Amino acid sequence: MTTLVCIKRVVDSSSEVVLTEDGQAVDGRYAGFTTSAHEECAVELAVQIGGEITVMTLGDADAVEQLRAALAVGCTAAVHVVADPQTFGPADVAREIAAVARDGGHDLVLLGNDAADSGDFQVGIRLAYELGWPVVNGVSTVSVADGVVTASGAGPDGHETYRVPLPAVVTVLEGGVEPRYPTVPGRMKAKKVAIDERRPTAEPTGPGRVRLLLPPPAPSDVQILGKGADAAPAVVDLLEQLGVLAR
Amino acid sequence: MIVVLVETTPSGEAVEVSREAITFARSLSEAGGGVPVDAVVVGEPSADLVATLASYGVRTVHALTGEAFASYAGAAWASGIQGVRGSSVVVMAAGTPRGNEVMAHVAAREGVAMAANVLSFSGLAPFVVTRQVVGGAALEEMRLGDRPAVFTVAGHAVEAVPAATPGPADVQVHAPEVAAADLVARVVSSEEPEPDLSGTLKSAKVVVGAGRGAGSSEGFADLLELTDLLGGSLGVSRVVTSLGWRPHHEQVGQTGSRISPDLYIPCGISGAIQHWAGCSTAKHILAINTDPDAPMVTKASYAVIGDLHEVVPAINAEIRRRQ
Ligand SMILES: Cc1cc2nc3c(=O)[nH]c(=O)nc-3n(C[C@H](O)[C@H](O)[C@H](O)COP(=O)(O)OP(=O)(O)OC[C@H]3O[C@@H](n4cnc5c(N)ncnc54)[C@H](O)[C@@H]3O)c2cc1C
Ligand SMILES: Nc1ncnc2c1ncn2[C@@H]1O[C@H](COP(=O)(O)O)[C@@H](O)[C@H]1O
Repeated sequence: MTTLVCIKRVVDSSSEVVLTEDGQAVDGRYAGFTTSAHEECAVELAVQIGGEITVMTLGDADAVEQLRAALAVGCTAAVHVVADPQTFGPADVAREIAAVARDGGHDLVLLGNDAADSGDFQVGIRLAYELGWPVVNGVSTVSVADGVVTASGAGPDGHETYRVPLPAVVTVLEGGVEPRYPTVPGRMKAKKVAIDERRPTAEPTGPGRVRLLLPPPAPSDVQILGKGADAAPAVVDLLEQLGVLAR
Repeated sequence: MIVVLVETTPSGEAVEVSREAITFARSLSEAGGGVPVDAVVVGEPSADLVATLASYGVRTVHALTGEAFASYAGAAWASGIQGVRGSSVVVMAAGTPRGNEVMAHVAAREGVAMAANVLSFSGLAPFVVTRQVVGGAALEEMRLGDRPAVFTVAGHAVEAVPAATPGPADVQVHAPEVAAADLVARVVSSEEPEPDLSGTLKSAKVVVGAGRGAGSSEGFADLLELTDLLGGSLGVSRVVTSLGWRPHHEQVGQTGSRISPDLYIPCGISGAIQHWAGCSTAKHILAINTDPDAPMVTKASYAVIGDLHEVVPAINAEIRRRQ
């Protein structure tokens, strides 16, 4: 059993987002970087499934940081397709992941449901078509037994379960498992793993991006009623004034 | 034509975000010289559903039926849509989990691009859409040069409005052959969905909101008491439902309910654009947050800066004292 987990280094959107001059990308110089919660859960699920786990990313040189973080929590090997992810569209990324999956002889590929930056909601599904494998999308628990993946998550028809034979692609939504923190020995071990660096297999066709924009800043005319518990009388005055408090 | 995948509730009604998607399709149709808008539904549509789709200006309702559609399989739905799409220029859906998934299947099978969570379009030739990226912190203008153009519409980006002139909404029932490979990944069992109580949330005059600031599933007692004292409903952020602290039908936002109460009191909610999409039409907003710079605070009409676990009990006590 060997699993491939796909993660992406993304800007932390809780910090202020700044764009590059040409509007083609988020300016990483002022940003913090992270991996999305969906992908952290995909890594955790892979570790719980066990066996050989390769973590891969298509990203610039700095994406090594995210690969090491995944190695520190239990992934056993790492592949780094070194490229500028901003110039790769979802079909391009799917093709590169497919090449890594074929080459590594993996039976299961786990991805996030959607990347935290591009939010394309499609790389996993395109990957499945590249490989000719079934894909289960948007699940939060995944287990494997006797060559069959059982995966489940919340759907509009209730809590839904899928069962598909390996090889398969599964995209993960956060919430089903709690990603573990790296231990000190885990970090030490991660440092020693040699990362398999590769070039992309083909020129990207790109994401179809014309440009990025920032949403217009919203003017604020908020009235601060107070700080902490002391604000309670002012709040209840307001509730009375708005007529939402039955008297 | 423009083909819109329409999702239905367990009782067979068109969900609000699908009606929004049809409304979006109509504005696209108007800009494009009146190309007809067709709907695809899964299962036999009820007379009520057909009437609703007619009121939204739909020309033809394509119903996908048969064993292949008895339980959900994303690839099978995509295959069914491909079978009815003919020479359509656009295939689209609402930006729900199913909508995004099925459109990604359609795009991969057709070998075309797909844009998720589109807010608006700005040109037809070339066709350029504006969509949410970076968790809503930025917008992307994206060219959709391929035909069909495949995309999903972000929830509550437009309001669902019936058409000025209703469509005929002729029903065509299809029972297409679906390849075995498209049925490998299908739902094999589903537990009863939690009862959908979002109706009371959507019509509530007062909604008390709760986000990650609630801290844990045990952190809701004071918030529920405030909800009770105000005779309102509890609404939560997606973080709260993803972490399983509260049921999904309580979620407010792009992938939850849209609320328009007289007063919304979001507590410990940052006010991400996807949450804002569900509450921006509240008449008054009173934000309670530890962070004076949180978008929810700056966008609110009123705010209290502080820990909700201190502020909310104090408000409850003050209400009880005055009663
Ligand atoms: C495609 C897509 C669709 C989405 N749909 C939705 C949707 O429908 N609805 C939705 O809500 N989100 C949605 N999201 C998620 C959204 O982007 C945010 O991640 C989410 O709304 C954040 O939830 P939050 O405000 O509870 O948490 P956070 O963003 O983590 O904010 C927590 C807030 O609580 C404050 N806080 C912390 N502790 C306390 C305390 N003790 N007292 C008071 N304040 C405190 C913090 O200052 C902060 O402002 C969607 C995202 C995507 C990509
Ligand atoms: N550059 C990348 N490198 C590795 N994995 C990626 C990359 N881009 C996307 N993915 C994976 O594909 C998932 C869906 O991404 P997207 O379709 O772009 O929203 C992500 O959650 C990742 O798991």
